[in-house]
Amino acid sequence: MKNRRRIAKYSALSLIKQSVTGRRWSRAWRHHDLQASYDVVIIGGGVHGLATAYYLARNHGITNVAVIEKSYIGSGGSGRNTAIVRSNYLTPEGSAFYDRSLELYERLADDLNFNVMFEKRGHMTLAHNDSSLRTMQWRAEVNKLAGIDSDVIGTHDIKRLAPAIDVSDRPRYPILGALWHPPGGIVRHDAVVWGYARAADSLGVHIHQQTEVTAIDVAGGRVTGVVTTGGRISTPVVVNCTAGWSTLVSNLAGVRLPITTRPLQAAVTEAVQPILNPVVVSGSLHVYLSQTARGEFVFGASVDPFSAYSTRGSLEFAEGLAGHVLELMPSLSHVRMVRQWSGLCDMTPDFGPIIGMTPVAGFYVDVGWGTYGFKGAPVAGEQTAQLLATGVVPELIAPFSLDRFERGDLTAEKGAAAVGH
Amino acid sequence: MLLILCPHCGPRNADEFSFGGELVRRPGPDTGQESWRAYLYTKENLAGWEREQWFHGSGCRRFLEVERNTITNEIRLVRDVAEGTA
Ligand SMILES: Cc1cc2nc3c(=O)[nH]c(=O)nc-3n(C[C@H](O)[C@H](O)[C@H](O)COP(=O)(O)OP(=O)(O)OC[C@H]3O[C@@H](n4cnc5c(N)ncnc54)[C@H](O)[C@@H]3O)c2cc1C
Ligand SMILES: [Zn+2]
Repeated sequence: MKNRRRIAKYSALSLIKQSVTGRRWSRAWRHHDLQASYDVVIIGGGVHGLATAYYLARNHGITNVAVIEKSYIGSGGSGRNTAIVRSNYLTPEGSAFYDRSLELYERLADDLNFNVMFEKRGHMTLAHNDSSLRTMQWRAEVNKLAGIDSDVIGTHDIKRLAPAIDVSDRPRYPILGALWHPPGGIVRHDAVVWGYARAADSLGVHIHQQTEVTAIDVAGGRVTGVVTTGGRISTPVVVNCTAGWSTLVSNLAGVRLPITTRPLQAAVTEAVQPILNPVVVSGSLHVYLSQTARGEFVFGASVDPFSAYSTRGSLEFAEGLAGHVLELMPSLSHVRMVRQWSGLCDMTPDFGPIIGMTPVAGFYVDVGWGTYGFKGAPVAGEQTAQLLATGVVPELIAPFSLDRFERGDLTAEKGAAAVGH
Repeated sequence: MLLILCPHCGPRNADEFSFGGELVRRPGPDTGQESWRAYLYTKENLAGWEREQWFHGSGCRRFLEVERNTITNEIRLVRDVAEGTA
């Protein structure tokens, strides 16, 4: 394999050696000149594009691959998300799919030789009324059938698992119970991006940053190449992994998508003592929170109320968020919020991703990841790579094909996916 | 904060409105499945100037046509949809 490189393996020993000798670490991924042709061109250097490239190279030996990123890798949603992973989805196809992703996440650090800091803290979705408690019961049963660890718990257990949460009847919407999902947790998002990039690079994949795709050439219903700000590339296979920008990129190939772009905001506080272990979500209050290993609280909410390509934060978000967080954890009232940011999410009508072929031969999509694409990235990358290598649609992603909107065969994940993460 | 200059109520925070998405013309009843499917699902999702519908729920309760730049959130036209039919 022409490009394969022996990269220095990261280990405790390499860390010690490095600190004793004081030598600089070698670059985690290299810079290459743009080739005139590749076997596969992946547009978008987020976690989906990079994972797809990695699995193409590792599982199928397809290494003549370019990942084209208009900015820096991880500059989109992949470097802005709140890093939550879980698999307690409502539909059987949804939970099977995300369960495979969790499986891949669990051994990802080993696979990539990169510490992705997976912390299995448990994921808790609070119910503030009878109807959400009923839906949770339903979700728990669907999950158990699929072999996923998921159960409804009462306030006593909530108090035990997360003592800082106010389970009294003081709040306007008291907490009645929760869906408890022990395998859920948080993974360091930047590490996942960098880990996939480094591993893909070492297998021969070319990562081109600061390079934008401006046109896609199609002849006779087939992709023949892409035009980039760094030059033209001829290729028979193009994969669109551009999330919030995915309709713009698909339009270049003449493929229309049922996607609208919505900003999703998040915020973080100063660091305090560790007082919250699990990830806590409240659908009724449209808010979720977790505490990082460094002690900061990370908060998120639902997508902004209107579509936009702007990543500017809003005061409404900060105000609403603070109010809701204090309903759940009054003890945070003196903790300062230090930063707020926003990323673009590609929302589909049925809250399911769109993965697979399109009417243009050789043009594939892995988009529609909305507010849940971080947890789905490993499995989407693995299955998209398999599709590209074999030409056969793998069972796990068959329910998420673009033509489901033509067949009227939508997925029904809104109930389990609507609060942004 | 996004200010929308309602022709009936004056400048109001976007909070008071609900966003109805890009304006698309409803296909005729006999135009076939394809155009109805496109009407339901396919989006332009423009990066730039977009014509969209907003409903002033906490104000005059009128449907408005708005031209907004989806990159900068600048608004250059707001009018009652009833006015806009040409
Ligand atoms: C605030 C926030 C919180 C979130 N929280 C969670 C969470 O807790 N859990 C979860 O699972 N998901 C979460 N998400 C969603 C998740 O972040 C995304 O679904 C995921 O990162 C999408 O990854 P991606 O690789 O598909 O896209 P991105 O990371 O957005 O990458 C797309 C890339 O394409 C590039 N690009 C665009 N156009 C072009 C072009 N023409 N040429 C070249 N490159 C181009 C962009 O620069 C960008 O880097 C959250 C999102 C946000 C914004
Ligand atoms: Zn009005």
